[in-house]
Amino acid sequence: MIKHEKPKSFYDTFERKGAGQQVSHYCPGCGHGTVHKLIAEALVDFDVADRTVFMSPVGCSVFAYYYFDVGNFQCAHGRAPAVATGVRRTLKDALVISYQGDGDLAGIGTAEIIHAANRGENMTVFFINNAIYGMTGGQMAPTTLVGQKTTTTPTGRSEQNDGGPLGMAEVMQAIKAPVYIERVSLGTPQGVLKTRRAVRKGLQYQIEKRGFSFIEILSPCPINWKMDPQTSRKWLTDKLEPVFPVQSFRDEGTGEAPPAFREKRMLKGKDLLKLLQGDTAITEVTESTLEETQYVKIAGFGGQGILSAGMFLAKGGIAEGLHATWLPSYGPEMRGGKAYASVILSKQLIGSPVVDLPNVLIAMNLPSLIAFEDDVQEGGIILVNSSIIDRKVSRSDLRAVHIPASDIAKEGGLIAASNMVMITAYLAVTGTLKVDTIKKLLPQSVRRKEHVDKNLKIVDASIAYLKQQGVI
Amino acid sequence: MGKRLMKGNEAVVHGALMGGATHFFGYPITPASEIAHGAAQYFPVSGRCFLQAESEVAAVNMLYGAAGSGARVMTASSGPGFALMSEGLSYLAGARLPSVLVDVQRAGPGLGNIWPEQSDYNMVVKGGGHGNYKNIVLAPYSAQEMCDFTRRAFSLADTYRMTVCILSDAYIGQMMEPVELSGDMAEGKRKDWAVYGDVKSRSNLITSIYMDPQLLEKHNHQLQSLYAQVEEECVAYEPYQLDDADVVFAAYGITARICMSAVDKLRNQGVRAGLLRPQTLFPFPKEPIARAADRGAVIIAVELSNGMMADDVELAAKGQSRVLRYGWLGGVIPTVDEIVERTVRDLERGGVQ
Amino acid sequence: MNYIIIEPNLCKGCRVCINSCPKHCIMLGDSINDIGYQYAQFRTDAHCTACGICFYVCPEFGAIRVFKDEEA
Repeated sequence: MIKHEKPKSFYDTFERKGAGQQVSHYCPGCGHGTVHKLIAEALVDFDVADRTVFMSPVGCSVFAYYYFDVGNFQCAHGRAPAVATGVRRTLKDALVISYQGDGDLAGIGTAEIIHAANRGENMTVFFINNAIYGMTGGQMAPTTLVGQKTTTTPTGRSEQNDGGPLGMAEVMQAIKAPVYIERVSLGTPQGVLKTRRAVRKGLQYQIEKRGFSFIEILSPCPINWKMDPQTSRKWLTDKLEPVFPVQSFRDEGTGEAPPAFREKRMLKGKDLLKLLQGDTAITEVTESTLEETQYVKIAGFGGQGILSAGMFLAKGGIAEGLHATWLPSYGPEMRGGKAYASVILSKQLIGSPVVDLPNVLIAMNLPSLIAFEDDVQEGGIILVNSSIIDRKVSRSDLRAVHIPASDIAKEGGLIAASNMVMITAYLAVTGTLKVDTIKKLLPQSVRRKEHVDKNLKIVDASIAYLKQQGVI
Repeated sequence: MGKRLMKGNEAVVHGALMGGATHFFGYPITPASEIAHGAAQYFPVSGRCFLQAESEVAAVNMLYGAAGSGARVMTASSGPGFALMSEGLSYLAGARLPSVLVDVQRAGPGLGNIWPEQSDYNMVVKGGGHGNYKNIVLAPYSAQEMCDFTRRAFSLADTYRMTVCILSDAYIGQMMEPVELSGDMAEGKRKDWAVYGDVKSRSNLITSIYMDPQLLEKHNHQLQSLYAQVEEECVAYEPYQLDDADVVFAAYGITARICMSAVDKLRNQGVRAGLLRPQTLFPFPKEPIARAADRGAVIIAVELSNGMMADDVELAAKGQSRVLRYGWLGGVIPTVDEIVERTVRDLERGGVQ
Repeated sequence: MNYIIIEPNLCKGCRVCINSCPKHCIMLGDSINDIGYQYAQFRTDAHCTACGICFYVCPEFGAIRVFKDEEA
């Protein structure tokens, strides 16, 4: 009776390699084939080949997909854990395997492996450490031993120049999330059987949805080490194993598997639309009496509600069926204290959203008045927060309105609403929008519900002040 | 349906969800971050995947994995991040994985600054990474188009099995405008080439490697035919006062908005100006430019770069008329008057043929 | 009798199986196979226990099959 044969999760013939091909592309005595076989055997024994998705890396195992009869991805150099993450987040029931060499995982792909591990992605990573770059021609790997000769360290790896061999299992051990970390070796038959157990454990834990497993496998590369297969195994045991201790670093695979991450039901169609519309969509539109396009610049310091005042104005425009644009100052500038917003309201399609020559300037502090006063178009309007700006508008070719916005807001019990005073004054004086329009918008625009009434009162108080002063 | 006031960047997220996006992998960068913020807000609560990657390099490879698994995927970034994604873009093209990448352009080179430039044009429109490949590139000029084009990008990506890029800029991304959502949510269908981790897709392979030069040559020729088909089927542009224009601005994104105002101003001064606004940069609207050139219109390429799009405009004009290049760099954008004055001056100097 | 079958044309002659077999059941043959290697052969006088070590250490996927005598 047959006890061991080529596992059925390998293709019968390797057509992707060439018609009728039955041998691998690996060199005689290479460790990759052995590990492939151990993985393939486990996929059959666990009956998971149908749902396995295998990441082939860049390196000698770049062609792993020639052999494994499973779903296959070929990945960019070092990126297999990121690709595997994309797969993991899409295919909930797939068995995801990332198979990588030392250049791939410990060199170019350190960021990807560390963060996939740190997220605890439910996947199994097989890390083949043979202390050299194989496919590209025997160059130094991050795991190359000090003194080891490679094509890029012809006189041996120098610790001073190149650093020392990087222990990836130890790096993994510094990360909290992985459930299983073990280093094994193909140096002896016993090592191969231990590797078999580690391979199966790493896959079993994933099937049980326990999380991230990392199995580092010390593996011979006779060709690039320039040794025969037997000597390479001895060298592996004698030289590599002392630097990369063979041991189980972590095994948290016992007990109950952690509870599965509960995802929300996927919203589609009308449900999704409802979510996106939220409660701030403007559905009722009244007619606008606006004649002249308004190029509004609102300026002040951060915290005065400059940007939100602009947004509020733009929303008012939408509610009267106008075209509206709002352009902020943003980035470090925004965080540095200076803030301004540009708003355009128009019956026509708006071209440039940039307001360099405003016909409306709302100046909330003195630097803003100084900065923008000269830019305002002749016949335009400047509104000044006279509570904190102690000088008048100096130009006489435009209209100037001075209103103690901060004081009115303070009296109304909400000092932060000085921007609302300015907007109200602007609208009441120019008739750009109906004051009623913005009153209707207040409930959905004010974040804290208890502030709605105060804002409404402040709007009324602003109107009262303007009337009392004979401005309107 | 009502309108909502939102940033162009937020509109991208709305368009993506309406376009059937299920996965967002991204890395923050000004001035594109609101797209990640919006995705983080809406994707998880609606049962979709949002994941902040460790880098743009990782993000684009997550896209590769999820797209290869049949999902509708996207990311968003700005120039420096997009450059990092170039490696992945090439692989996505080689493996023909549908994906949507948004580039909200800032000024370069290097860290540059966060103000708008359109200097990612060559990187995005001409491919970005290595190899003979192209991306479909859409160029929105309003928040509404940020929404609509992103939505459309997902169906284009699936139809052609290609990467579709949205090439926007800091102003279009940061600017707020009313946006209306309408129509039904689109959804991706099962793809016969994708890997689903099931029996039916077990023999599928997502790869960009073809060791045999003859096979890779064939693959490359297939890609070129695909791009030719895209050029046949996907060109989009918007003419503005173009029919009788003696001077034609060619501009996209924020500069198209400014040029629109410049056209109005010039017309008021008696100059017959018009605007040809590419809505797709690949494929590039060569034919309407050729037509304008053939009838002798002066063509002015206006952009926030050193003439990257202008090269395409010149190629399209085939030397049949004057092509002028107006470029602003470093995050500086022109005023309407600057463009108007410079146009008038140049017309006086050279005359209209 | 337990025994193994080594497919002559799938063996790359690395000798890992030969050196791993606890019962020394495998030897290097005299012939060269179709892919140019001097391949391993099962000794006719071997006392194979069907332990499977040769199968696991062999880097080729289908070169070695192990058979166990059911009555043994």
